[in-house]
Amino acid sequence: MTGAALTLGFYFPADGKEIEILKSESAENLGIELNAWITIDPSGKVILTNHRAEMGQGSFQSVPQIIAEELEVNLDQVSIVFASGNREKYGSQVTGGSSTVRSTYKMLLRVSASAREMLIETAANKWSVSKSECYAENGFVIHKPSGKKFNYGELVADASKLSPPKNVELKNPKDYKIIRKPLPRQDTPLKVNGSATFGIDKKLPGMMYAVVERNPRFEGKVKSFDDSEAKKIPGVKYVFKTNRKVFEHLYEGVAVVADNLWAAMQGRKVLKVDWDDSGFDHHSTEQLYEKMKDQLQKGNLISYKTQGNFADAFQKSEKKLEATYETPYESHSCMEPLNCIADVKEDSCEIWGPIQGPDWIQGDIAGTLKLDPKKVKVNMTFLGGGFGRKAFTDYPHEAVMISKEIKAPVQVVWTREDDMTLGPFRPGMIYQCKGGVGKGGRIAAFETRMAGQNMDVQNPGADRSTYNSDVVEGFLEPYFKSIPHFTFGDTPLESPIPVMWWRSVYSSTNGFAFESFIDEMAIAAGKDPLDFRRQHLNNQRYQDLISKLEEVSGWKKRNKNEGFGVAITECFSSIVGEVVKVSKNTEGKVKLDKVWAVMDCGWYVNPDIIAAQVEGSIVMALGAATKHATHFADGKAVEKNFDAYKMPRIADIPEIEVHVMDNEEKAGGVGEPGLPPFTPALTNAIFDLTGKRIRVLPFNLDEV
Amino acid sequence: MASFTLKINGKDHTVDADLAMPLLWAIRDLVGLTGTKYGCGIAQCGACTVHLNGNPIRSCSMPVKAAAGKDITTIEGLSENNSHPVQRAWIKEQVPQCGYCQSGQIMAAAALLKRTPHPTDKDIDSAMAGHICRCGTYVRIRKAIKTAATLV
Repeated sequence: MTGAALTLGFYFPADGKEIEILKSESAENLGIELNAWITIDPSGKVILTNHRAEMGQGSFQSVPQIIAEELEVNLDQVSIVFASGNREKYGSQVTGGSSTVRSTYKMLLRVSASAREMLIETAANKWSVSKSECYAENGFVIHKPSGKKFNYGELVADASKLSPPKNVELKNPKDYKIIRKPLPRQDTPLKVNGSATFGIDKKLPGMMYAVVERNPRFEGKVKSFDDSEAKKIPGVKYVFKTNRKVFEHLYEGVAVVADNLWAAMQGRKVLKVDWDDSGFDHHSTEQLYEKMKDQLQKGNLISYKTQGNFADAFQKSEKKLEATYETPYESHSCMEPLNCIADVKEDSCEIWGPIQGPDWIQGDIAGTLKLDPKKVKVNMTFLGGGFGRKAFTDYPHEAVMISKEIKAPVQVVWTREDDMTLGPFRPGMIYQCKGGVGKGGRIAAFETRMAGQNMDVQNPGADRSTYNSDVVEGFLEPYFKSIPHFTFGDTPLESPIPVMWWRSVYSSTNGFAFESFIDEMAIAAGKDPLDFRRQHLNNQRYQDLISKLEEVSGWKKRNKNEGFGVAITECFSSIVGEVVKVSKNTEGKVKLDKVWAVMDCGWYVNPDIIAAQVEGSIVMALGAATKHATHFADGKAVEKNFDAYKMPRIADIPEIEVHVMDNEEKAGGVGEPGLPPFTPALTNAIFDLTGKRIRVLPFNLDEV
Repeated sequence: MASFTLKINGKDHTVDADLAMPLLWAIRDLVGLTGTKYGCGIAQCGACTVHLNGNPIRSCSMPVKAAAGKDITTIEGLSENNSHPVQRAWIKEQVPQCGYCQSGQIMAAAALLKRTPHPTDKDIDSAMAGHICRCGTYVRIRKAIKTAATLV
């Protein structure tokens, strides 16, 4: 049954002020749409829409879990569907910056409570009783005095014609029955029997398969190609030049399209492409880091944030410290390699894929094809990992170009080698830190000079002369008050290598520099590293987190032959502290024993998902700290597959214990903030055990 | 091209495939069972793991020819209704995040428990060493294997 229904949506701009958008729109075929997130069929079946991408971080559970609380339904009774891209209806759907819960929870609570009130009002009208005599529970509206009840399906048609109430009362968190509970994820059963559909699993009738030989130096152009051998492979139908848009560049490649993927891959193997790689730098890793060092040496930094007089305060400090930290380029290497289906028609386009930002893709493709965005439908599948890479627009753009050329639906699949070598990558970074310790062992002066590619200035027309405000990302707010003199600046590196957000973004590397250097200053000041942080973080929330960290880790009770390290960072409005314990194994090598993590993400939904995200963040950080890095030689990425880009394996993983702070602060991010503190906590622990300070990543644990 | 009979999850499928085609692509694209995943193509990540005559193998690196006529079990054939002890344990311990590698992880764990009903940590380390999880669910994988051992 379908029907025109009132759709209620809110758009949250960056300043947090809400703009309400009310409009009429036809509901999906699943039932009657009570609002953008809630559809109910006449039998009472509730269908909840997840408007965000599910890449492992749990939006498929957390969004419905929020809605179910105020809607008064049991999650076991609902179905969950993915929204297609529609910013007008859902607000931003770009699933990045750990934003799903923190940027939408208040709206989702209100939208769900509004829907519940509309259902209650409808029932009260049908019974001709006062609304105050009725309540909602478990998918029913119940008339308290008589015990009469309607299921939601009996009410939805009429309820959908009501105006949503202007004000709704939201539950006190202490009354939550669903939120705050470690409920099992609704997607788990699909992910243990192979039935969850990822992008690469989606098939359309008449769909062709494509792989693309892309320029390994990114900006090179196709001079010519020889497809005579490729076309001899049975199943290969077309070979042609194509492109994908990466920031301001159109990267070129040659597509091999076949009626099955294996044939396309075989065709590509015998395709010969002659590239024109002139006119741009072919950087090696050594050159990139030399350039960064050279720029730092020359000192022409763009200053972002300063306070007091750093130079003077540093000069007068009792103890002066200088240290340089280096972090590598990294590939996202989601387990599901990039892929995308596009079906371009004369006046419309439909996309399916593992996509972090369906609304963004919709706008981008509408622009490319010069179509009304309403004619571009972008469907999200489950994502086999995302980590920032699948928020980018290049691979759908490429699929669109290929479908347009062959006038048929096509799935473009990237091989692991394509996925790992073509970027965009996390940029490599160098940080020069200078600090002064003054009276009472307090930080008197602090300076960070960052060199590296700026992820924000790659777009066409970006102002490259401006500072990178992300140079302070990850730094704890109270330090800005307790450190009297500081300065943060950067010198951007220019390179043809495309760079992009990688889980926790700048915090993933800034955090290593900041929290290593704070530790070095603590040691110089002769203070316990945890007490040193406590002394400088004069804010109850941070004090509580430090106390919790101290308590759960047994920080003060540690044994002589154990190394303990701590680090605390903030990222996407959450504060995370981690303590790492190391010791030496029988061969005298450093052994990672245990990690304690304390997450303060304020208001939260599901503590088990938080624990899982912190566990996963720690493992990903462990990989980038001790296992893998992407190097470049002659302009090309060196590590092409997991034989060279080594991943943490099960035997590398320590015990991980996660604690979640309970408070009523605003919701912060969950998917990423657990990552930045791990590496500095580990290297601080290694220093504690061995006296060796690790300042260059990645390092080999066996060689410390 | 040649015709092969693949016995997958107890059912015969006749496929016409290129002689060099890996079993993975035959399972996914010719038979249409997409629970088995492509991760690396070089037997480094384990996402493509299926059972061949009961043993875990990397289907990305085995030619379809070598699997013809043998008993192949994919994730879809583990149980009808998520009732296999490993699946139940994976649900109980809430192992999957993105879930993409989990078909392979589960097939490896199921093979391990068949061989070694009560695995030690060392047994788990060696049986699962070939499997990468980028989401980092390893802590829960270990826990779930131990849970599954109590459910067998």
